[in-house]
Amino acid sequence: MARFVHSIFVLLLVFVCYVVSESTSDAVEQLDGEEFSEELLFRALPDRKVLSHFHFESRVPPTSSYGHHHRLFPKAIYQLVHKYRIREMELSFTQGRWNYESWGGFDPVASTNAKPPGVELWAVFDVPSDQVDASWKNLTHTLSGLFCASINFLESSTTYSSPDWSFKSLSSNLRYGSLPREAVCTENLTPWLKLLPCRDKSGISSLMDRPSIYRGFYHSQRLHLTSGEFNPVPSNHGIVLQQTLTVVLQPNTLETHGRKLQPNWSMSSLFGKTVDGKCSLAKSSNIYLHLEGNLVHNMKNEGDYSNFELSISPDTITKEVNPFHKQHPSILYGFSINHSSHNSKPFDLGFKWKLPVTWSCVKPPLHVTRFLMGSGNEKGAIALSLQSTELSQNLDHNQKCKLHVDVFQVVPWYIKVYYHTAKVYVNGILQSHEDTIEKLSVSPSEDKVSPGVMEMSLSLPCDLKSASLTLEFDKGFLHIDEYPPDANQGFDIPSAIISYPQFQTRMEYKQDNGSIKSPMVSKMQEKRKILSYTEVLLVPLTTPDFSMPYNVITITCTVFALYFGSLMNALRRRVGEEERLLKEKDKKIGKLPLLLSKLSAKLRGRPWDPPSSPPPSSTSKFISSKVILKIVLIAAIAFGWQYYYG
Amino acid sequence: MEKSSEKSTKKQPWFWSSAVASILLRLVLIVYYPNTLNFSSRPEISTPLTSLRRLAEGYWLKQSSMSPYAGSMYHGSPLLLSILGPLTIDRGEGKPNHLLCGLAFVIADFITAILIRAIGQLLQVADTKSLKSLGATRHLNVSENFPSGDIAALVYLWNPLTIITCLGYSTSPIENLVIVLALFGACKRLVPLAAFGWVMASHLSLYPVILVIPLVLLVGFGLDTPPRKLFSLDSTTFSWRRVFIFILWASIWAIYVLILCGISLKEYSSLGEMFKRTYGFILSVEDLSPNIGVLWYFFAEVFDFFRNFFLMVFHINILFMVLPLAIRLHHRPCFLAFVYIAISSVLKSYPSVGDSALYLGLLGLFVNALADMQFSFFLFSGYLGTLLLSPVMHNLWIWRGTGNANFYYATAMAYACFQIILVVESVSSMLNHDRALKQGTTTVEKKVQ
Repeated sequence: MARFVHSIFVLLLVFVCYVVSESTSDAVEQLDGEEFSEELLFRALPDRKVLSHFHFESRVPPTSSYGHHHRLFPKAIYQLVHKYRIREMELSFTQGRWNYESWGGFDPVASTNAKPPGVELWAVFDVPSDQVDASWKNLTHTLSGLFCASINFLESSTTYSSPDWSFKSLSSNLRYGSLPREAVCTENLTPWLKLLPCRDKSGISSLMDRPSIYRGFYHSQRLHLTSGEFNPVPSNHGIVLQQTLTVVLQPNTLETHGRKLQPNWSMSSLFGKTVDGKCSLAKSSNIYLHLEGNLVHNMKNEGDYSNFELSISPDTITKEVNPFHKQHPSILYGFSINHSSHNSKPFDLGFKWKLPVTWSCVKPPLHVTRFLMGSGNEKGAIALSLQSTELSQNLDHNQKCKLHVDVFQVVPWYIKVYYHTAKVYVNGILQSHEDTIEKLSVSPSEDKVSPGVMEMSLSLPCDLKSASLTLEFDKGFLHIDEYPPDANQGFDIPSAIISYPQFQTRMEYKQDNGSIKSPMVSKMQEKRKILSYTEVLLVPLTTPDFSMPYNVITITCTVFALYFGSLMNALRRRVGEEERLLKEKDKKIGKLPLLLSKLSAKLRGRPWDPPSSPPPSSTSKFISSKVILKIVLIAAIAFGWQYYYG
Repeated sequence: MEKSSEKSTKKQPWFWSSAVASILLRLVLIVYYPNTLNFSSRPEISTPLTSLRRLAEGYWLKQSSMSPYAGSMYHGSPLLLSILGPLTIDRGEGKPNHLLCGLAFVIADFITAILIRAIGQLLQVADTKSLKSLGATRHLNVSENFPSGDIAALVYLWNPLTIITCLGYSTSPIENLVIVLALFGACKRLVPLAAFGWVMASHLSLYPVILVIPLVLLVGFGLDTPPRKLFSLDSTTFSWRRVFIFILWASIWAIYVLILCGISLKEYSSLGEMFKRTYGFILSVEDLSPNIGVLWYFFAEVFDFFRNFFLMVFHINILFMVLPLAIRLHHRPCFLAFVYIAISSVLKSYPSVGDSALYLGLLGLFVNALADMQFSFFLFSGYLGTLLLSPVMHNLWIWRGTGNANFYYATAMAYACFQIILVVESVSSMLNHDRALKQGTTTVEKKVQ
């Protein structure tokens, strides 16, 4: 009997296993709708560092054709998009500053992933324009909960703004806010990883070893969301969620072959981990190695193509076509991880330099720095300095050639900018506004209500060496409650955003059999505006004495009492004849005692003699009896109060 | 009477040369030493309401077809924007050419001084007349010695506070001018002029609204006289007709000013926003930047919960004294106006030394009556001390960072105390003067009997 039961159990088990395996194979077939792909890009940077850029992309078809149920796409994001009707959104957490000088700022990867320090959030909503602010506020709270960050500080109308044209030429439903002082740490990364179907358990994301990631020079974790759910015309474009993590790491250089050679690196030396296999839910899992055009060119100069050695031979080698401004084409080496996690050796890409080479990245057209001028805590000036780089030096040097620069700058309300003091200098010479400022829209800051937003389109001559823009401001004085706990550290002015509408960056790659079907590469092939962020400025503000409220209240009130009391006293003080007048009046008033004395005289049958001056003792007695009466009355009231309510 | 006028004509050259010298001094300072001491950014001189820099920002906003009140920069009148705005624009040399503005303020100062002098002369004539009718010859002789109008005008012109206000490019000289214009109109019984001055002054800075009481008294009763109650005189009766005309003119001017404001704000803004940004800004003390008043630090420190309560208390403190003062000093409307101006410049939300300059100038009008005021040397040195200490403390706190806010606040407190003592002492010595008049006249009467 026991044996029979056992055999049935085994049969059942087999059946169940079969059914489960059937259903999983069904699921894999149904994945056509939802897609997930994971990619990683490595790039050697000229200053002996390595850029690693993780790119995860999840797509879901529109609800109208696919329904509400998802297997891969994170539900939290789907609900977020639908609840607040988000058309596009980007959230980034960044630590460190992108070094535009040596890491470049022109190529798509640098231009989209160089972000200001702290948190930056912008979103475009598909709601009527009067509900945008409400949606934004709710969104900030939701994101704050999702990512364990104080994004909810962006709720206050003093922190966010709605740029018209300089940031993104989209619609009026855009809101932009940034928190420069937000500290970014693993508590923000963990919820971000939770959105991935494999988390960091398998696939490329398993490389994310926290200590090595946060040891980097730059760390930016980004979440970009586009949705076509609310398009008036139904399309097959659903929600696309891009999650990128950009890290700049310094490889460990234990074996030093002299300073000339760039450091060798491998995935295990950078992250201390290797990829065991692809995430089984991912449609594609690729690792790319990007060699910049200048690097390729310089290696050619050396005469030998093999300046380096790869530990794994690449699956694909692609050359860039039609590079911008006749620059040298860059090369993309592709490695695909197709095997599953448990049937082969771990994937560990290594890069070894054989010959020394130097190169430089393609910089943005102008090198931008922003700084404060002036001393003291009363006033100052913001200066934006633009220096030409080799890119702008290569432009046509016609008289009519103009370089257009858009500046978008948000200033908190306690920095009271005088916009009429805006001055533009080109090569150190003051220019008139008509020549240089093409378009200027300002919404000045309102105290405790809104920040000051300046959008400016500068048109500068192409042959400029340097240009600068200065704006004077007064520093505000805040209420003691408005200071943060570390008031003397100062206040941050968020980064300004500089964009160049004339330049568009893209990297086009073509294989023999058509273009590469990779989300990251297709992202790089899109034409996009070049953005660069300036430094965050730290403005020290004057502080009041935080321990003084009670003293200030009492002293000020004392002065007011001094004023009121002494002036009132001066007004009612009377001397000499006025007092005599008053005394005469007093005599007239004392009618009751007069009447009483008359009455008593009549009762006693004595002739009444008018008291020329009433004896002082009697008046004092009269007053004292009055006082006693009052005291008794008050005591009775107090007693009654105590008795009934006490 | 003739004698005194002769004397004043004799003294005129001296007055004129001195007045012209003060104007020349200003011009020299404006032309040759512009911005040497950065007067325009001193918190003692330019407040958020009167700063010309903010006016320039408002004008720029208006020129770029935005509301001048967009943002929290400009809080003044739209009419000032139209008048002074074009003078502030950049002339292409990189530095805004403030020469024309400076000239406008010098002219405003000069007209103010002339008007003060005229008021003084009118007051003196009235004084001599009433004293003669009472027969108080002793006081008459004393009063002949001081041409109070000349003294007041020169005090106003040579007061260092007035000079630095003029150099500091704040709009207070214009505010002072319209206040004095209202007083002058009322003294001369030019009812439309008085109404115009009053409406403009309250439009520019709100606080002169309380001057309606002395102006109505001036229009109704005439100039300052010894108290009627003490002398049991009922020669002058209150002329309701003039008061009615004053009210009529005031409402006409108010409507006119509002229409002008509406026209100049058309397309950009509305009158509602104007009231919110000017009067609302004055009443709710939003700007907490330091000044010589007492309210900024208080509202920077007070708990938010009590803010509205204290706002009411402090503003009512000004209104509270209006009625008692009016009852006690109704026979001296000019002096009453001086006391009101002094009180409001002590307790207003954004005071500047320009306001002090005005009431110190007006104080000169009563130099005869207040001859035996107490503590005058103490007050003089107090004013001097606090006004010299205030920039030092400001520098220590804001620029060097070695002091803290309490240092500057303490000088503001001391300054407020000195001003309060000045007001109280002048009021009580004016009352004493009336008593002394009574005593003097009664002795004269007895002698006559």
